[in-house]
Amino acid sequence: MKMLWRLFACFFKIGLFTFGGGYAMISLIENECVDKRAWITHDDMVNVTVIAESTPGPIAVNAAAFVGYKQKGFWGALVATLGVVLPSFVIIFAISSFLERFLEIRWVASAFRGVRAAVGLLVLDAAVRMIAKMKKDAFAVVILILSCAGVLAVDVLSLRVSTVFFVIAAAVVGLIVFGVQRAVKGGGKG
Amino acid sequence: MIYLELFLGFLQVGCFAFGGAYAAIPLIRDVVLSYGWISEDMLADMIAISESTPGPVTVNLATYVGASQGGLLGALVATFAIVLPAFVILLLITALFRNLLKYPAVQALLRAMIPCVIGIILATGLWMIWRTAFGAPSALSPDWRTVGLTAALAALWFGGKAILRKTGRKAPSPVWLLLTAAVSGVLIWGV
Repeated sequence: MKMLWRLFACFFKIGLFTFGGGYAMISLIENECVDKRAWITHDDMVNVTVIAESTPGPIAVNAAAFVGYKQKGFWGALVATLGVVLPSFVIIFAISSFLERFLEIRWVASAFRGVRAAVGLLVLDAAVRMIAKMKKDAFAVVILILSCAGVLAVDVLSLRVSTVFFVIAAAVVGLIVFGVQRAVKGGGKG
Repeated sequence: MIYLELFLGFLQVGCFAFGGAYAAIPLIRDVVLSYGWISEDMLADMIAISESTPGPVTVNLATYVGASQGGLLGALVATFAIVLPAFVILLLITALFRNLLKYPAVQALLRAMIPCVIGIILATGLWMIWRTAFGAPSALSPDWRTVGLTAALAALWFGGKAILRKTGRKAPSPVWLLLTAAVSGVLIWGV
């Protein structure tokens, strides 16, 4: 019981004090759970980062569920996840009730016109960072260019095609290529 | 039934957003625009607010959209839905399939899906920049002040990061870019 409470408090603090989420959170989690408390090892932390990048959803939730599970099984994972999500939830819910009226104030509206110019840059920046880290073989580059061109076409032509469609199509292509490669290898052996 | 729609919409985002917050933004944009929940401008404002408030950007966006459509219950449903897939998948991997990510078939899937997600993020970033500066493609209406501001911010941000990297310092927080943009906005469009 005490451990559950400590997990909750630790991840509540992490949820409250990391701005921008994702990777900012990874370093704070490492500091709190590896260095200070030794709940998990540094190798565990590297593993969970890899898993977080290869599974869907917020990295913070992945990391909280992992650390919580290591300490206290399912309930530990649940409590840690609740802890990391709760601060955002409360803050955004509080903001949501007055946000639209707030945005109507003249100088706030001006500020947000400026901010909108920056948001696209942040999204672009995230893509550039991910491209820098990605393995750049021909297959990956072709898929990247096709999905980028496809999504741009959907936007420009205002088509109603969900981006999920592109992710699923890529998954299918990945499996087909995998199947063909295996068949070719199998054929070579026989 | 708005709660069911919120649940399914954000569950879909939670299932397909590989690679953190910015992978989720194109998917969230899809869902909120196709249901007509919030406008493109409002979404950009919310992304900025989510970056400048604590916690995961995705969770913040889900909470806001949920709250705007269905009050407290809507916020709870949307947040629950976006967190659920990550939680379940992580438990499955840690508890049952420790080597799931090492299977060749799973590797093959990821090798195709990750570049695809990066392509989607790239397209979304380019599109958001274009749309803010030049308007919708059906009604081109360039806003030259926004065009100038975007170019200046891009030079400042990407140039600044390159210089910091050269001198061996850490990349600045995105909050600095957003603050600079907000102050510039007040200076350009007035109080």
